Amino acid sequence: MDGLAFEVAHLFAALLVLLSFVQLYQDRLSALLNVFALHAFALAASVAWQAYIQHAPHLYVTAAIAVVFKGLIVPMALHRIIQRLGIHREIETVVGIGLTMLVGIALVALSMVVMLQVTTGADPLARQDLAFALAVVLLGLLLMVSRRNAVSQVVGFMSMENGLMLAASAAQGMPLVVEISIAFSVLIALIVIGIFLFRIRERFDTVDVAALERYRGERA
Amino acid sequence: MILGTLGDLAVQLVQMLLVLGAAPLFTGFVRKVRARLQRRKGPPLVQPYRDLYRLLRKEAVLAENASWLFRATPYLVFGTIWVAASLVPTFATGLVFSWTADLIAIVALLGSARFFLALAGMDVGTSFGGIGSSREAMIASLAEPAMLLIVFPVALIAGSTQLATVSEFMASPEVGLRVTLGFALVALVMVAIAENARIPVDNPATHLELTMVHEAMVLEYSGRHLAMIELAAAVKLLLYASLVASVFFPWGLATADGGIAAFAAGGAAWALKMAAAGLLLAVFETVIAKMRVFRVPEFLGAALMLGLLGTLLLFLTRTL
Amino acid sequence: MSLPDQALMLVLAVPLGAAVLLALLPGYKLTSRLSIAASLATLVAAASLFRADLPVHGTYLLVDELNIVFIVLNTFVAFTTSVFSAGYIGYELGTGRLTPTYLRFYHAMYQLLIFSMNLALLANNIGLMWVAIEIATLTTVVMVGIYRTHEALEAAWKYFILGSVGIALALFGTILVYMAARPVVGEGADAMVWSVLVEHVAAFDPALLNVAFVFLLLGYGTKVGLVPLHAWLPDAHAEGPTPISAVLSGLLLNVALYALLRFKMLLAGNEGSIAPGPLLVWMGLASLVFAAFMLYRRSDVKRLFAYSSIEHMGIMAFAFGMGGPLANFAGLLHMVMHSLTKSAIFYGVGYVAQVKKSQKIDDIGGLTVTHPWLGWGLVIGVVAIAGLPPLGIFMSEFLLVSSTFAREPLLAVLLVAGILVAFGALLLRLNGLAFGEPRGGTASAGVSFAPMYAHLVLVAIAGIWLPPPLVAWFDHVAGLLG
Repeated sequence: MDGLAFEVAHLFAALLVLLSFVQLYQDRLSALLNVFALHAFALAASVAWQAYIQHAPHLYVTAAIAVVFKGLIVPMALHRIIQRLGIHREIETVVGIGLTMLVGIALVALSMVVMLQVTTGADPLARQDLAFALAVVLLGLLLMVSRRNAVSQVVGFMSMENGLMLAASAAQGMPLVVEISIAFSVLIALIVIGIFLFRIRERFDTVDVAALERYRGERA
Repeated sequence: MILGTLGDLAVQLVQMLLVLGAAPLFTGFVRKVRARLQRRKGPPLVQPYRDLYRLLRKEAVLAENASWLFRATPYLVFGTIWVAASLVPTFATGLVFSWTADLIAIVALLGSARFFLALAGMDVGTSFGGIGSSREAMIASLAEPAMLLIVFPVALIAGSTQLATVSEFMASPEVGLRVTLGFALVALVMVAIAENARIPVDNPATHLELTMVHEAMVLEYSGRHLAMIELAAAVKLLLYASLVASVFFPWGLATADGGIAAFAAGGAAWALKMAAAGLLLAVFETVIAKMRVFRVPEFLGAALMLGLLGTLLLFLTRTL
Repeated sequence: MSLPDQALMLVLAVPLGAAVLLALLPGYKLTSRLSIAASLATLVAAASLFRADLPVHGTYLLVDELNIVFIVLNTFVAFTTSVFSAGYIGYELGTGRLTPTYLRFYHAMYQLLIFSMNLALLANNIGLMWVAIEIATLTTVVMVGIYRTHEALEAAWKYFILGSVGIALALFGTILVYMAARPVVGEGADAMVWSVLVEHVAAFDPALLNVAFVFLLLGYGTKVGLVPLHAWLPDAHAEGPTPISAVLSGLLLNVALYALLRFKMLLAGNEGSIAPGPLLVWMGLASLVFAAFMLYRRSDVKRLFAYSSIEHMGIMAFAFGMGGPLANFAGLLHMVMHSLTKSAIFYGVGYVAQVKKSQKIDDIGGLTVTHPWLGWGLVIGVVAIAGLPPLGIFMSEFLLVSSTFAREPLLAVLLVAGILVAFGALLLRLNGLAFGEPRGGTASAGVSFAPMYAHLVLVAIAGIWLPPPLVAWFDHVAGLLG
C-alpha cells in the first residue's frame, strides 16, 4: 500500500507539472483556459488522494473546492469574458515558447534539487510533493512573467495557487483553518480580478498589459 | 546443433522478410482508414505494392549533374533502414542478430539514412531539394536529441539499451506504474510522427512543394530509385510502430526459444498491434491539421522537454 | 471573560462589524462619523491592553511586548486617518471625483483593512497571520484603484500582481516552517502557533528553516517595499486616495515588517540557521541608497514621499539586519516614529493636493504664505522625516548610526551617506513647496489640521522623552530579536 500510495501520488503530481508545461506551450487563450481547467482537476485528484492516504477528510473539501471553483466556474467565467473582449485568439509571448519551456525545465530541476536537499527528514511522499509543488509554483510564476495578456497572467497566478494547495496538502496535518482560508482568499482575489478586468476593458479596448505601459506615470 | 543455428537464422530471415513485405501493406492500411474517415472509398489495401511494381518497371531518369551520391543514396537508405527494421522485435525477441539490436545503434542507423537522403536532396542543385534538406536537418536537429532523451530514461529503468532486455523488463511486473515511461511514450510518438513525415509535421500526400519536407528531398528521384526510397519510408514507419509496440506494449512477444506456436501467437499479437497503431495514426492525422513549418521546432521542443521531464522525475524517484 | 480577552475581541470585532454596517448604510456624513466612532472604539480597546499582564497568548491570538506597541499605534493612526479622511473624502465627493456608492465602498473597505491589520498584528498562528495580510493587501488593491482613471488602474494592477506573487511566496515559506516544526511539535494546529514554535525552534532542521526564511523574505519583503521588490510602491501611493497612501506607508509596511520580525525571532532561536542579518542589511542598504537618489528627480509630491517610505523601510531593514540590542531597539523605535511622521506628512500632502488641485511639485509653492497652518505643519513633518533633531526620527537614526559605527564602520559610512543624500533631496523639495513665491490655488482647505498636528506633537515629544514602559518593552524585544 505504501508503494502504491507513493506511485499514485507521484503520478498525480507529475501530471500537474506536465499540465503546467502544457500551459506554457499554449498560444491560444481559450486553449490555455481549458488546460487550466485540467490543471485544477489534476490538483483535485492529487489532494483527494492525499486525503485518502492521510485519512484526513477535510482535504476532500479542498479537492471539491478545487474542482468546482477552479475547474468549472472560473474557466467558464473567463471563457465568457474573453469572448466578450474578443481576445480569444493569439497570446503574445515576451520570449519564444521554446525558450520559455527551456527555462521551465531549469526551474523544475532547481526546485527538485532545493527541495530534496532541505527535506531530508520528512517521508518520501511529502518530499516529492513539496518538490513538485515548488515546481508548479515557479512554472506559474514563469507563465505570469512571459505573457503580455492580463488574462493569461491571471491564469498563471491561479496555477501558482494550485501549486501552493498541493504543498499545503502535502504538509500532513496542517489545520483546516488554513485550507479554507486559502480557498476563501482565492475567491476574493478572483472577484477582484473580475472587477479589474472589466474596469480595464472599460478604460481600454484591450487587455494587453503593454498598452497599460503608456499610463505608467513617472518612469520610476 | 547446426539445425538449431540454421533454424535461428531462418527465423531471423523470416522477420526480415516479414518487415519488408508488411510495410507497404501497413502504409496502404493507414491510407485506407484515412480515406474512410474522410468518407471516401480510398485506394485498395494493396495499392502500394502496385505502385512499387510500377516504379520498378520504369526507367530511372537522372539529372546531368547528378553525382555518385545521388545514385548510391537509394540503396544506402534502403539498406540501413531495412537492417534497422530487422533488428526491432516484431513477433519474437532475442533473435540471432538481437545482440546488435541496441536502441542507440538503431538511432544511429536511422540517422545515417537521413544524412544521405539530405545530401542527395541537395545534390542536384534544385531549390526544392534544398528546401527539403534544410527543413529535414532542422527537424533532425531536434528529433535526435529528443530521441536520445527518450532512450535514456527507458534504458535507465530497464537497465540496458538492448531491445530484447528492455522488452523483457517491460513485460515483467517489476515495471510498476511509472510516470516517466508515460512521458517517454508520448515523446516517442511525437518524434515518430516527425521522423516519418506524417501530419502534423509534414503531409505525405501533398503535391504543393512549399509544404513538403520529405517529399521535397526525393523530388528528383524516379523509377527504381524512387521505388527503393518509397519502400524504405514504408519500412521506417513500420519500424517505429514496432518499436513503440515492443518497448511499451511488449505483451505477446515470443522469446527466441519458443516453438512455432509461440512465434505464430507472437505474429498474431504483432499484427493486432500494428493494426491498432495504423488505426490510431490515421485517426490522429485526420483530426489534426498540419502545423506551419516554424512551429515544428516548438512541437519537437515539447517532445524534448517531455523526455527531459521524464528523466528529471526518474532522478527524483531514485533519490527518494 | 478576562480583560485582555475582552479587549482583544473588541479590537477585532469592532472594525469587522463596522465594515459590514458601513457597506449597507447610505449617506456620506453618517458613514464617515460611524467610521470615526468605530476607529475610536478600537483605539480605546487597544489602549486598555496596556493594563494587561503581558504576554497573553491563546491558540489564535497573542499580545506580547512586540506587538502591544504596534497594535496601539495601528489603531491610533487608523483613528486619526479616519478623522482626516472624513474631511478629505467629503471634498472629493464635492468635486465629483468619487461617487456616493464608492464612498460607502471606501469606508467599508477601510474598516475591513483595519480589521485585517489588527488581526495580522495579534495573530499567534502563522497561517492566520498570512491570511490577514492577504486580506489587507486585497483591500488596499481595491482602494488604490478606486478613482478608476487609467493611471489608477495600472497602479492597482501592478500592485495586485506583485502583491499576489509576494503573498504566494510567503505562503510557501509558511508551509515550510510548518514542515520544519512538525517532526518536533507534532501534527496539527500546534505546529503553526508562534509561541509554541519559538519554544521548540532549537530542534528544527536548520536547512529547511533557511529555505523557509528566504521565501518569507521574498514574499513579505515585497510587501515591505524593499528594493528590488518595490516596483508597486510609488504608483500605489501616488494614484490611490491620500488616506490610503497614509495607511499604506504608515501601517501596512509596518505590519509586513512585523511579520518578518516574528520569523526573524524564530530563526534567532536556532543556531544552525543562517543569520538573516546580511540579507537584510544589504537589501536595506540597497533600498536606502536607491530611494535616496530617486528622491531628486521626482516631480509628483506623493511619489516623492513614497520613495521616502522606501528609504525608511530600508533603514529599518538595515537596523534589524545589523542585530544586537541597540540596533534592534533603534529599528523598533524607527518603525513607530516613521509611522507617525509619514502619515502626518501625507495628511498635509492630501490637503495640499486638494487646494492646489494638482500633485505636481511644480504647481505647488509658497505654502507657508497661502496656508500657514498647513505649510508650517508640512515643514515640521518633512524636517522630521529627514531626520533633524530634536524630533523622533533623529533619535532612532542616531542610535542606529552609533551602534553600526561601533561594529561595522564601513556600513555606517554607507548608511550615513544614504541618509544625507535623502536629507538633501527632501530639504530641496521642501524649499520649493513651502517657501518662495506662492503658486497654484489659494482656496481654503476648510478642514481641521488636528490629525497632522497630533502626530507631529507626539513625534516631537518622542524626540526628547520616551515613556519608560515603551523603553522596557522594546528593550526586551530587542534582546529576543538576536
